[in-house]
Amino acid sequence: MSEAQSTYNYTVVRQFTVMAVIWGIVGMLVGVIIAAQLVWPDLNIGFLHFGRLRPLHTNAVIFAFGGCALMGTSYYVVQRTCHTRLFCDKLAAFTFWGWQLVIVLAAVTLPLGLTQGKEYAELEWPIDILIAAVWVAYAVVFFGTIAKRRVTHIYVANWFYGGFILAVALLHIVNSAAIPVSWTKSYSAYAGVQDAMVQWWYGHNAVGFFLTAGFLGMMYYFVPKQADRPVYSYRLSVVHFWALIFTYMWAGPHHLHYTALPDWTQSLGMIFSLILLAPSWGGMINGIMTLSGAWHKLRDDPILKFLITSLSFYGMSTFEGPMMSIKTVNALSHYTDWTIGHVHSGALGWVGMVSIGSIYYLLPRLFGKQQMFSVRLITVHFWVSTIGIVLYIASMWIAGVMQGLMWRQVNADGTLAYSFVESVKVSYPFWGIRLMGGTLFLSGMLIMAYNMFKTMAGGRTEDAPVLLPAGQHA
Amino acid sequence: MDINDLRSIVTVVSLMTFLGIVWWAYGVKSNKKRFEEAANLPFLDVQADRVEQGLSPRKQGEPS
Repeated sequence: MSEAQSTYNYTVVRQFTVMAVIWGIVGMLVGVIIAAQLVWPDLNIGFLHFGRLRPLHTNAVIFAFGGCALMGTSYYVVQRTCHTRLFCDKLAAFTFWGWQLVIVLAAVTLPLGLTQGKEYAELEWPIDILIAAVWVAYAVVFFGTIAKRRVTHIYVANWFYGGFILAVALLHIVNSAAIPVSWTKSYSAYAGVQDAMVQWWYGHNAVGFFLTAGFLGMMYYFVPKQADRPVYSYRLSVVHFWALIFTYMWAGPHHLHYTALPDWTQSLGMIFSLILLAPSWGGMINGIMTLSGAWHKLRDDPILKFLITSLSFYGMSTFEGPMMSIKTVNALSHYTDWTIGHVHSGALGWVGMVSIGSIYYLLPRLFGKQQMFSVRLITVHFWVSTIGIVLYIASMWIAGVMQGLMWRQVNADGTLAYSFVESVKVSYPFWGIRLMGGTLFLSGMLIMAYNMFKTMAGGRTEDAPVLLPAGQHA
Repeated sequence: MDINDLRSIVTVVSLMTFLGIVWWAYGVKSNKKRFEEAANLPFLDVQADRVEQGLSPRKQGEPS
């Protein structure tokens, strides 16, 4: 029974949660800088130009902000729903410090131009090996905790987190296979169109498993907890999970429409992307309907506002995504700002807001407080970021559709009606609006950081005790 | 056997497995209780919730 008196390991949860906010600010600041560089090209200085900073932005927001939020929340959720302390404290500490080292190395090497040139997998091979080591340790800690759980069932959030951890390990190891020629240079193990297919099999599943399955794990714990009622339909969540697992792996080819990839592969990718609409919307409905009968809570609970709005953006972008994967639509949208708008509707709206909501839930609990320092500031944060997202995605939609239409307009004799720079000229005002949207979203994060440090001040860092649920004997 | 036969078999087996899971979730009546238990897992540690928010743990039998 000595285990029953022990405490949960909140140290590592605290570390990851606080760093998620810090890295969020850093990554989004780099995003604002590169948005400003498109408006004022003179800001491209030395090796801090758009081409170097853009991968830094994507890596920082996805892997530093998103990664810390995922690892922190998963460690919290797995302990609480398994009623046991995290497996192996030392290994858990290694995952934190190892992951921070990866982030710092990325921040140094990317501006220096050290890159493998694969989108979202730019980091050079020594860093890739470190990522693999940290990730395996993460898997051992997570599944080790599930193995020593003291309840019968494995809660659905842990299924999503577990699927995310396994799939990302597989994706990272396969896509990062490379032949090193020096410490800072390597060449992909694959060539030609196979290399492109492996890259976008990785790339789209990074969206499907890192940016979707992982954050759905968050959704399935924090939405019910904040709404104080169990998830709308547990059996729908089971089907939701397995449908995503069976479908996502096939959707990657839609990134390579009208390329050297065989036509049948493109069509296959398109069809599986269309099928994905069903499980995605099933999951969204499951999350939103959890509030059914308690809609009034949405009125004065800003944390719930963040969580439920994130699900609306999840629904929007998982409708938009399948539409854009249709070849004829893709012929218009691909390579335009529409794609950037789509990504940010998912990244700021879904991933950002569900993480922010979950972190607001966690912070007071990790520092022995009943609630955040200022609940009003959470409401301010919510509206500032919502307006920011709307400005961002609306401007990118308009600019993107305009670019797509202009690029394919031909004269009677078959020559292009517009030169490329003419499409740049008409896009210019929308890049300004995008910069405003991004700046608003970043301001929201700064408000969050202020609120976080105020909440942390004078807080206890005592860990909650591990207590067996009444009537449970595992 | 041609590798394409193997690919077809894997696809068909995957689809069958998925349909089996849907049947298991929606068709098997005895799973209802099991799912209800699992859905309530996040709500079984009210005591820890109180302690981490700096409140005193509720005594046994006290209404929530």
